[in-house]
Amino acid sequence: MASVEIRNLRKKFGSVWAVDGVDLTIRDGEFLVLLGPSGCGKTTLLRSIAGLERPSAGEILIGGQRVDEDVPPRHRGIAMVFQSYALYPHRTVFENIAFPLRAAHAPRRNIEEKVRWAAGVFGISAYLDRYPRQLSGGERQRVALCRALVRDPKVLLLDEPLANLDAKLRNTARDELKRFQRQIGTTTVYVTHDQIEAMGLGDRVAIMDRGKVRQLGTPQRVYEDPDDTFVATFVGQPPMNLLRLCDGAGPPGTLLGFRPEHFLPRAVLRAAEDARSFRFHVRRVEYLGSDRYLYGTLPDQCDPSPTFIAKLPATIGTPVLEGEAYEFAVPVRALCYFDSTSGLRRRG
Amino acid sequence: MTRREPADPPASAQPALLARGTLADRGELLGGLMLAPALAYVALLAGIPFLLAIALSFSDATAGSLRFGWAGLRNYAAILSDPVFRRALWNTIVVTVGSQALVIVLATAAAQVFRASFPGKRVARFVLLLPWAVPVSLAAIAWEWIFDSTFSVINWTLKAAGLLHGWLYWLGEPTLALLAVIIVQAWRIFPFATVIVLAGLTSIPQEILEAATVDGAGFWRRLFQIELPLLLPVTSVAVLFGTVYTATDLGVVYVLTGGGPANSTHVLPTLAFQRGILGADLGQGAAIAVFLLPLLLVVAILMLRLARHTEVGVR
Repeated sequence: MASVEIRNLRKKFGSVWAVDGVDLTIRDGEFLVLLGPSGCGKTTLLRSIAGLERPSAGEILIGGQRVDEDVPPRHRGIAMVFQSYALYPHRTVFENIAFPLRAAHAPRRNIEEKVRWAAGVFGISAYLDRYPRQLSGGERQRVALCRALVRDPKVLLLDEPLANLDAKLRNTARDELKRFQRQIGTTTVYVTHDQIEAMGLGDRVAIMDRGKVRQLGTPQRVYEDPDDTFVATFVGQPPMNLLRLCDGAGPPGTLLGFRPEHFLPRAVLRAAEDARSFRFHVRRVEYLGSDRYLYGTLPDQCDPSPTFIAKLPATIGTPVLEGEAYEFAVPVRALCYFDSTSGLRRRG
Repeated sequence: MTRREPADPPASAQPALLARGTLADRGELLGGLMLAPALAYVALLAGIPFLLAIALSFSDATAGSLRFGWAGLRNYAAILSDPVFRRALWNTIVVTVGSQALVIVLATAAAQVFRASFPGKRVARFVLLLPWAVPVSLAAIAWEWIFDSTFSVINWTLKAAGLLHGWLYWLGEPTLALLAVIIVQAWRIFPFATVIVLAGLTSIPQEILEAATVDGAGFWRRLFQIELPLLLPVTSVAVLFGTVYTATDLGVVYVLTGGGPANSTHVLPTLAFQRGILGADLGQGAAIAVFLLPLLLVVAILMLRLARHTEVGVR
């Protein structure tokens, strides 16, 4: 186990900075998720840690030792699980798992023992003689994890390991993954574009956009207290509502942000609650079982055209009709203010 | 002009005749039609001569006479007891196996080089493919000079480098002559094999190679335990083609040594040509030529089975 430290890392592909000045410290034993849209540089960052990409500038330290210059992947003490799992198709499950041990010249007896132990941990002991093509997606994913963890890496790198599983399997796989990681306690860096995975798995989440880390924090922190409008709208489903203020209440160029689940009928809030009210013209109601999504506009604002979303849980039974206007409100504690040009949060 | 009553149903409301399918819609017919020229070509230029060769091998036909008498297995018995034939058969095997072994090693190495990107790669790839485009006879003449008893560049180079003290008579000594044939045959198949192996190499998912790298495999382990096994189906196809090309080739030996010295470098095609055409014994020539067929058939079946058994991963 070890910490990973990334200092001002930059990587250029052609004329594009895929990673553009990232500073990040991943603590010993931590599960850190790199979250961002495709092309934000998260995979490049992960591959740089693995040693599959050579950074253009900056430093990477694993366990306090500098690795970015000429330490090859096999000497970095890392293991990686790829999105496609990248199992060796011509080798049995046993041989797949044994491969890193053989490459490390482990004694023969040791290999057998370790492979069987690891296969037991991941519940794949019954498949050791099979070939990857004979396994289901979930089983392949476990073999890949098993192969990664069998030689006790200091750092485990995961590149969208759940992306190829169907939705139902993804839930259980997520739960298992978190359990394994807690059990083994290996420092883990996990790349995904799926915010549910990120929020559910990460001790901390680093949200990336255009090669930069926009915010690093616990899932709760990045959700409730976003540092800028990118984080605010990227995390959360549906995304945070952003309203351009021009009533002279705040400084010019202020965006007011509030989450759809805080945007509720005024009557639902306690009368004493300090809240900001809006007239909400509901255009469409989307019934989703556990929630209702209301799409509509705020006709009293200076720019009445943008669509706002309110998310009403099933516990709020207030009848809402399409085409009608209602008084909705947001508790003041749930309001965020952003600078409209820089997108940065205005605090205080 | 009479105006139609509005109540009249418009003409289009009647069930109109649907357009008939054209020839292009009839896959089975069109397919047969388009295949026909190729089939005719194969039948006329390969099939009939092939059957003729089999028939000739059981006859006592000679060039310059129209007699076509049944000879039974006499031709086969004659060649089997002929040391020149046995030598030619052995040479064919040695040349084929030797050149293919050389080709596998060289093509795998070259494919590794051409996978990397380097300045001048396109030019290098063009140069690589040249031997494939050069007519055999022309190439063999160039090689004849390379192996020349007086001017051999190999000898002079070795001499200049101080590695050679005697003199190598490349085409004058049976073993060296056979080695020369192997080298030229390998040189001829090499570009084709490289292109095939390169294609196979690029079809291996990048993530698998990266996984091997991260798993701690160095270059050799990755090559021998991941890349080569995954390349096996493709390589066996390259070897199969190479085997057929080499075993049936007449040109290289014919131009380079003419089967000499003292019939020691004949391969089956050159011997068949010498006996059947130059020696006018069509029956025996055909028997020699046909002798290759079962051998190549077995090789082909084994190779294709190997390729099928090792085809993994890609579904």
